[in-house]
Amino acid sequence: MAEEMRIVLRNLGKVDPLNVDTYIQAGGYQALAKAKSMSQTDLIEEVKRSGLRGRGGAGFNTGMKWNFSYSAASDQKYVICNADEGEPGTYKDRIIMENDPQSVLEGMAICGYAIGANKGYIYCRGEYPYVVEILNKAIAQASEKGLLGDFDIEVRMGAGAYVCGEESALIESIEGKRGEPRFKPPFPPVIGLWGKPTIVNNVETFANIPAIVEKGADWFKGIGAASYPGTKIMTLTGDVVNRTFVEVPTNTTIRQVLDDFGGGIAGGKKFKAVQIGGTSGGFIPESLLDTPIDFDSMAAIGATLGSGAFFVMDETRDIVDVIDRISKFFAHESCGKCTPCREGTQRLHEMLHKMKNGTAVAGDLDLVERLGTVMSRACLCGLGQAAPAPILTTLKHFRSDYTGKFN
Amino acid sequence: MADYREIIGTYKEVPGGIIEAYHAVQNEYSYIPEDAVDYAAQIFNIPKAKAYGVATFYSYFKVGSRGKNVIRICESAPCHIAGADKVVAALEKELGIKMGETTSDGKFTLEFAECVGQCQATPVITINSKPYEDVTAEKIAAILAEYK
Ligand SMILES: Cc1cc2nc3c(=O)[nH]c(=O)nc-3n(C[C@H](O)[C@H](O)[C@H](O)COP(=O)(O)O)c2cc1C
Ligand code: SF4
Ligand code: FES
Repeated sequence: MAEEMRIVLRNLGKVDPLNVDTYIQAGGYQALAKAKSMSQTDLIEEVKRSGLRGRGGAGFNTGMKWNFSYSAASDQKYVICNADEGEPGTYKDRIIMENDPQSVLEGMAICGYAIGANKGYIYCRGEYPYVVEILNKAIAQASEKGLLGDFDIEVRMGAGAYVCGEESALIESIEGKRGEPRFKPPFPPVIGLWGKPTIVNNVETFANIPAIVEKGADWFKGIGAASYPGTKIMTLTGDVVNRTFVEVPTNTTIRQVLDDFGGGIAGGKKFKAVQIGGTSGGFIPESLLDTPIDFDSMAAIGATLGSGAFFVMDETRDIVDVIDRISKFFAHESCGKCTPCREGTQRLHEMLHKMKNGTAVAGDLDLVERLGTVMSRACLCGLGQAAPAPILTTLKHFRSDYTGKFN
Repeated sequence: MADYREIIGTYKEVPGGIIEAYHAVQNEYSYIPEDAVDYAAQIFNIPKAKAYGVATFYSYFKVGSRGKNVIRICESAPCHIAGADKVVAALEKELGIKMGETTSDGKFTLEFAECVGQCQATPVITINSKPYEDVTAEKIAAILAEYK
């Protein structure tokens, strides 16, 4: 039986999110004090050495990213917390912010000190007005007590655009524009918000920081998988007995998450597939369930860890129907800036719809595969690049679901 | 109802504040009046086309009128397999309108949404952003009664 391990959610149920004193009693803001007693470079080195990699999906080493902004000379720098959480099936950042907002603020303030920024933004999705309220109260309480020092944090609200989770689109949105991704390079750590060096990290990434600073890189490095240490919060949805969230060490396997925490498939049915990482994640068949959830193990089986969404489907589910729905999502959310994605997501959806309705022919599968491959290489941002992944992985593992629909 | 001019004016000095201003207007009106977009262009000193471009990019914003209470039904995959279509059918029947439409008394508008982040209890709908979980056709009447 695998066990939960709470680092990010260490204060869940122990602190009152609306009362900063309870956070302080639980040891809060000692990590920020410790960070400030270190030199900026020592602090960044410690974070780098811990092996912490971004929890927003791309898995970049957090300390290395901070170092880019630290090294960029500028009169003004920014820290942005990515709380857009638009990936369907994901609600972990909400759980963190609803239960322990101060951990996120403290993590951001530590980053601010490390890179030399005195201004932070939290970009919270528009669907979470109730979370925005909690964050604003938490910021007011922390500022009133002077806990954040000269670091100022402001909450900005997204407005229902999935692509705004992409960091350069997010930056455009804070600047008051359409949330279209920028061409890269330059990358945000060097040229970001209003042209200034900007660190964008995920909520879960920031919530890890105080614990790492307090307990040290060596402690963190020893937890979970060596190449992607620490824990990951997974949000279980679909046909599992327990639709819930769990925080587990990253060497936990998919099967353990499914059975030990999810309680297996609901209604006594059999397992068919699990899609991990959100709507752009690959579909995983039974034969690969013993894979650990860490970033690199998932990549090795052609899947992703992504946001940690864990969407389970039982034997009765029609894969083509689900993929049709997913392809509509991408057609809807494509921002339209680049042609392979603007056109490609529409065509994929059209073809999938035909397949679902039984009006497709065998050659269509090759067309879909070809278009998908082009998109994964030619699209400007991760949205278009990942949009074909659910289709391509199901064509690989569940091809008979498609061919069974030909007549 | 507060005038949109007043609302937008308070964001004039906020860098990139047009999106915040649109949120505030929509909170008051439940949509963004066309004139408010023109006014925002003036206040933030950008071309009207840009102000429209921003307002129409984001699916949370609605330029032009809609009902007082906006009901959004999540149709992302986890809600989809949990039976979002049955919830849609029940809402359409109860309100006598189709998805995308507004009731003749202007009280309700039905819209599709992608995941609203409450996937532990699918299917989910929101009314004016407030989530309702594990929604079934049977629960619809009681939920709507709160807003009638
Ligand atoms: C289409 C798209 C959507 C994304 N959505 C999110 C999101 O909702 N939250 C998030 O933290 N990162 C999201 N990302 C990843 C961000 O671009 C970025 O890598 C991340 O915020 C960096 O933080 P991290 O290093 O802490 O993971 C998204 C990327 C793409 C391409
Ligand atoms: S890949 Fe899609 S979402 Fe990304 S920039 Fe191109 S059109 Fe926009
Ligand atoms: S999938 Fe419907 S609320 Fe997340």
